[in-house]
Amino acid sequence: MYNGGKIIIGLIIFIALVTFPFYTNMGKTSEQPAALTSSPDDPHIGGLKIGQMRSEHMKILDQWRDEVVRGGERFITFDGDQYEKSLQIGCLGCHAKQEFCDKCHSYAGVKPYCWDCHFAEGEGQL
Amino acid sequence: MKIDRRKFLKMAGFTGIGLGLSAADIFVKDTAEASSGHSAVSTAAVRHAMVIDVRKFKTPEDYQKITEACHSIHNVPTLIPEKGNIRHEIKWIWNVPYGQAFPDQVNHYHPEAFKQKQFPLLCNHCDHPPCVRVCPTKATFKRPDGIVQQDMHRCIGCRFCMAACPFGARSFNFVDPRPFIPARNSEYPTRTMGVVEKCTFCSERLERGLQPACVEASNGAMAFGNLNDPESEVRKILKTSFSLQRKPELGTMPSVFYVIGGEEYAG
Repeated sequence: MYNGGKIIIGLIIFIALVTFPFYTNMGKTSEQPAALTSSPDDPHIGGLKIGQMRSEHMKILDQWRDEVVRGGERFITFDGDQYEKSLQIGCLGCHAKQEFCDKCHSYAGVKPYCWDCHFAEGEGQL
Repeated sequence: MKIDRRKFLKMAGFTGIGLGLSAADIFVKDTAEASSGHSAVSTAAVRHAMVIDVRKFKTPEDYQKITEACHSIHNVPTLIPEKGNIRHEIKWIWNVPYGQAFPDQVNHYHPEAFKQKQFPLLCNHCDHPPCVRVCPTKATFKRPDGIVQQDMHRCIGCRFCMAACPFGARSFNFVDPRPFIPARNSEYPTRTMGVVEKCTFCSERLERGLQPACVEASNGAMAFGNLNDPESEVRKILKTSFSLQRKPELGTMPSVFYVIGGEEYAG
């Protein structure tokens, strides 16, 4: 083999670099987002359960967005109370964005573009 | 079946007459519409409209307070003219002198004070909105109640609507607007770079049973209501006062009306 030594050294360096993420994280447990205390079967809003909100909120928000923006149906009634199908007034009216949205999103490495326009109260004031 | 030449010519003739008559019928309808000077008007149960009584706008503060009410509620980046490029300005409601508001009204002998007078302009929420026609993604659409709404989630920033709008009612976000918003209202989103925006007739406020922000702040100088309800406030004002629409010759049928007055009110 021509230049065998250089090739083998090169291969060792290459494999070391490629496997770097695996051996640095070996044996470590990653920190999950803070325990979501409520049961997935608890009711949330508009006949939806909390578990459903966790797993399907992106689809539900998409659907609500179309209903509000294009259909003008802004409100949803749940247990006799009226809620606004709005990210800023509805969701963030009860939940804090950092705890409620950002923790899971950053854990999962998701960057939803909701926050290009929508924002939480007190955020980014000049 | 065998057709001789004579029979064929007869049938061809009658077909020709029939086609001619139906074409003439369309032509008659078209000219009737054209000669009245108006294209067909919306007959929907609700058509939201605004009446601006410019006689009641007297001091610069009268104009300022409606613009401020609108722009602060809707997170309009008002600091662009002073901190950024003036050509990137975003405006939902703004003022121009008479000649710019009504460029078709070329009368050099209007009272001087009247020619100098400022007119608040905003999206006209036309009955035949050209911006809706040209939007390639249907981001801009006309609601059944007459409001020309824009879905920011669908806007791709092509700016066809800006080219189509004869009233200059639309602004494009050339830059991220957030650094130019003096105080954000957390009940309304901001916009992002690359979308077009305009007045919404405060559709979000109407759905909560409120009047548009500018109407509320105008102290009675502006009225808002259903143009298709003969008993509504806007119709009552239009019945009793002389009003103008902007560029009516274009046939877009604006839903914003300007009540104008004589010299004693002007200035």
